[in-house]
Amino acid sequence: MTEAVIIGVGLHPFGRFPGKPAMDMGADAVRLALADAGVTWPQIQGGYVGSFEVANPDAIVGKLGLTGVPLRGVFNGCATAGTAVALAARAIETGEHDLTIAIGLDKHPRGAFAADPSVAGIPSWYGQTGLFLTTHFFGMKINRYMHDHGISHETLARVASKNFRNAAGNEKAWRRTPLTPEEILASPILNYPLRQYMYCGPDEGAAALVLCRADQAHKYTSTPVRIRSTSLRSRRLGAFEVQSPSFPVGEPVVSPTVDAAREAYERAGIGPEDVDVAQLQDTDAGSEIIHMAENGLCKDGEQERLIAEGATEIGGRLPVNTDGGLLGNGEPIGASGLRQIHEIVLQLRGTAGTRQIPGTPRVGYTHLYGAPGVSAVTILST
Amino acid sequence: MTTTQLPVVEGLFTWPPSESEPLRLIGSECTACGLVSFPAASDCVRCASDESKIRLLADRGTLWTYTTQNFRPPSPPYDGPGTFEPYSVGYVELAGELLVEARLTEPDPEKLRIGQVMRLTLVPYAVRDDGTEVMTFAFAPVEESIPVEEFAQTEPVEEAS
Repeated sequence: MTEAVIIGVGLHPFGRFPGKPAMDMGADAVRLALADAGVTWPQIQGGYVGSFEVANPDAIVGKLGLTGVPLRGVFNGCATAGTAVALAARAIETGEHDLTIAIGLDKHPRGAFAADPSVAGIPSWYGQTGLFLTTHFFGMKINRYMHDHGISHETLARVASKNFRNAAGNEKAWRRTPLTPEEILASPILNYPLRQYMYCGPDEGAAALVLCRADQAHKYTSTPVRIRSTSLRSRRLGAFEVQSPSFPVGEPVVSPTVDAAREAYERAGIGPEDVDVAQLQDTDAGSEIIHMAENGLCKDGEQERLIAEGATEIGGRLPVNTDGGLLGNGEPIGASGLRQIHEIVLQLRGTAGTRQIPGTPRVGYTHLYGAPGVSAVTILST
Repeated sequence: MTTTQLPVVEGLFTWPPSESEPLRLIGSECTACGLVSFPAASDCVRCASDESKIRLLADRGTLWTYTTQNFRPPSPPYDGPGTFEPYSVGYVELAGELLVEARLTEPDPEKLRIGQVMRLTLVPYAVRDDGTEVMTFAFAPVEESIPVEEFAQTEPVEEAS
């Protein structure tokens, strides 16, 4: 099978851009990715584009060029970008195309996501009575996890503080004001034990990746980044998942993150011990802590010590969310996972500037998780 | 003057609760594999059978996890009062049945703890312009002085669907 590699990345800053449509941000990100790859839009043979707010993100061809290119829309909630990159890679692996693109763009209104429960197949009373909030799930999952595995409130604050500090060094990030753990612990509780500065917010932004056949990469770049594996898994019966009015008793069933991670490691022939830098879904500070273990990067409960030691800092043994993650960048849903891969590509190229991790990183890992209990993992290497 | 009360929706819990038909959540049980669901489901997510019967769930359980809601949820879909009072939510494990998500009557997280015994109740989560209280189910902490064993014998009540 032909391998797919990333030869170009483009990122529109994440944040608030009044008056600028999501489609324009997407077009900017695509142009940056094309320029980075040294190709032009008419050379793109196929692609996948994801968005939550834009009903027809494939209309972006109207901004980029009406070449007749097959551009397919994709959506899997917060894991949307995992699907876009997986299918853009698959089109190359199967021989359908030689040069493809993955695009994500979004522009969310302020505040928590609001939707009718029917969009998730849940009855109306669940929303009417104030239960249909994904933030409840994150609060409840980390509350139970802290109880079971001895994670402290201070560790939650350290994670958020690290991600805002990393964002401060990222000119394309949204939340660039460093906050100390003490300041974070003094912010109001939104969903116990999670506080205001422990949550990411929906915002605006776009990102794009240009992929090609590995055996043609030399025509475009000396630093291709290999897509070693992609995986997407949905929740299994018995797992404690977001937007669940109930779930079965009995033996605990693992999160789809665990399933996706195992599958991605196996397909890549790469183990968690090989990962040099990781981008994990940090919808909230607790999620990053839980996802470290669910992705096999540590054991349950080890996070308390690892984070206190600085292991997940840019200079640590396992840097996590070096660009600030979702906490620092916010979450334009369609683009979020491509922003993660953008950062990994910079780190593996050695061009991440002040955020560059030391040494010669070879393996990068990205992870997404969201409603209705779906996770996507992508493993990349030099 | 008597306050009028209505359930948020029919079929979620027994209504109106009475001596002969006390308050219970209305779940379902797959007649093929026995999986218990709430709210009642016509199709089984374990074995895909489309045959189920109504099962009234236990009215006692233990708190598995919890959180608080300290800001007014986006409205719609939330239709509670405009003047927002923080509340808490949690999952209560009904032994041998399922874990159900519900509002909790105790809003202070410092007064809740994982593993504590909870009992089913109703709360008026919203009041309409004409004074009608809209009721939904919730769980309340059981006083520590009440022995747990007293509730351990609670048998699920089954009815044909």
